Amino acid sequence: MSNDNTDKGLLGWVDERFPLTKLWEEHISKYYAPKNFNFWYFFGSLNLLVLILQIVTGIFLTMHYKPDGAQAFISVEHIMRDVDWGWLIRYLHSTGASAFFVVVYLHMFRGLMYGSYQKPRELIWVFGMFIFLALMAEAFMGYLLPWGQMSFWGAQVIISLFGAIPIIGDDLTLWIRGDFVISDATLNRFFALHVIAVPLVLIMLVVMHIIALHEVGSNNPEGIEIKKHKDVNGVPLDGIPFHPYYTVKDIVGVVSFLILFCGVVFFMPEMGGYFLEHANFIPANPFKTPEHIAPVWYFTPFYAILRAVPHKLSGVLAMFGAIAVLFVLPWLDRGKVHSIRYRANSFKWLLAMLVISFIGLGYLGALPPTELRTFFARVFSLGYFGFFLGIWWISKNEKTKPVPERIL
Amino acid sequence: MSSDGVDNNRRRFLSAATVVVGAVGVSAVAVPFLKTWSPSARARSAGAPVEFNISKMEPGQQVIVKWRGKPVWIVRRDTNILATLSSVESELSDPSSDASIQPEYAKNEVRSIKPEYLVVEGVCTHLGCSPTYQPEVVAGFQGFFCPCHGSKFDFAGRVYSGVPAPTNLPVPPYYYVSNDVIRIGEDGAA
Repeated sequence: MSNDNTDKGLLGWVDERFPLTKLWEEHISKYYAPKNFNFWYFFGSLNLLVLILQIVTGIFLTMHYKPDGAQAFISVEHIMRDVDWGWLIRYLHSTGASAFFVVVYLHMFRGLMYGSYQKPRELIWVFGMFIFLALMAEAFMGYLLPWGQMSFWGAQVIISLFGAIPIIGDDLTLWIRGDFVISDATLNRFFALHVIAVPLVLIMLVVMHIIALHEVGSNNPEGIEIKKHKDVNGVPLDGIPFHPYYTVKDIVGVVSFLILFCGVVFFMPEMGGYFLEHANFIPANPFKTPEHIAPVWYFTPFYAILRAVPHKLSGVLAMFGAIAVLFVLPWLDRGKVHSIRYRANSFKWLLAMLVISFIGLGYLGALPPTELRTFFARVFSLGYFGFFLGIWWISKNEKTKPVPERIL
Repeated sequence: MSSDGVDNNRRRFLSAATVVVGAVGVSAVAVPFLKTWSPSARARSAGAPVEFNISKMEPGQQVIVKWRGKPVWIVRRDTNILATLSSVESELSDPSSDASIQPEYAKNEVRSIKPEYLVVEGVCTHLGCSPTYQPEVVAGFQGFFCPCHGSKFDFAGRVYSGVPAPTNLPVPPYYYVSNDVIRIGEDGAA
């Protein structure tokens, strides 16, 4: 048998020792995806692209950044002004953070529209939610590192959230900070978590997300299981191999994305204070809270929910609840029909309500609170949670349209 | 039950025992790692008391002193400011400071040893922002206003009702070393 080595060449030699061809075929050249992927299916591969971008730019930033309370702010300015092309690496990384959330939110919305979280894809959704959670932790800890005013006070507020937990709260916040206030100790541990611990977890979760996806197969805009109809070779009749069909399609997505992304990086990297907040160009000052503090845009919907509740512990619970409820969505939705195309109108109204509430909350969370805004934040918070209650309610006896057997 | 000479009960017991012993070992090893996150000896020792001379303060003036890395405010309250304390009492959530943190000698209506000088930690009890001192009436309010989530406190650091902050601003331990000097961070000779 081993004499065959010479015939198979280098690839054959490797394949006998490592399943290279097998992996390539299973996940790329013979992974059959539904033939009807549309615009919304760009965002999975774009997430992967941004993840790689963040890792590469992040590695190069650590070569110049100093995780030290006395030097952090200066070292970021050093990267911006003195390091050759440092400004580009830093803006790619800071814009990449916001781009990551744009792409993740659109990717999640796709899942909601086409029921990609429903049976048998519950675990894909749950792994995805853990990715979302890890991503939020990664973004939050990364935002402390420039050690500006918004870094400092944002971290102060978010860490204080844990102080709302009864009994252990105060000791827990002290333990997280490693000091009586946000200090050098906090900055140093956040740096370690941001550059090592959380990225490792993220990569592991992404691998699990993809393995789970390739095990059950991709959903599609029709919400039809393509595995129900296979040809004699066991290939789904409505499936096409991921490579070359979707690799080529995804290149179109990547190029379009990069045009928009580079536009932001080169022409408006601060995005008018939404990607890099103005107060963060002032070094951290533990004695002066900025006039108006708000988290970066991707956290504002959850922040608005926190502010809408006039009680400390309940507000914190509502905010974490807004994320936790997403985890159990596959079990809240009792519907059998996946795609919005064949679901009842009530589902469409609920999804519209969720989108309006989420965007409304995001808008309000970025602004200072007034009575009118707090009122609307409460309305939108009810709208947000109302989606989950509503979907549980309507999916019991939903009047769905007939779902076709095959993808046309 | 046993089959083919395998004692399954014994095997199950040994597996479970191995898992338990392993878990105890891992938990024990985790302790030193988790303990490294506690405030270091240097951070703990930085909590030393600080002194401040109040003789040069103007009426209505606020001074911020650093203690344990936190801002501590000293405010010299004139009679006008002190007069506001009783008039806002009905709007407060904890007017007699029963649920709030302060030394026994500051648990009174003015929340201080000498009514003229207020000493409080300038850290909002909601989520830790530092409220802004607003000595004049702006938008119908005077006192301390937290820019983060809109909590309001009166000139004794007492929280208004209907705002997210649950309790009054804490008063740190302090005493008068002499008529002009305040020592923040420890109680007087008790």
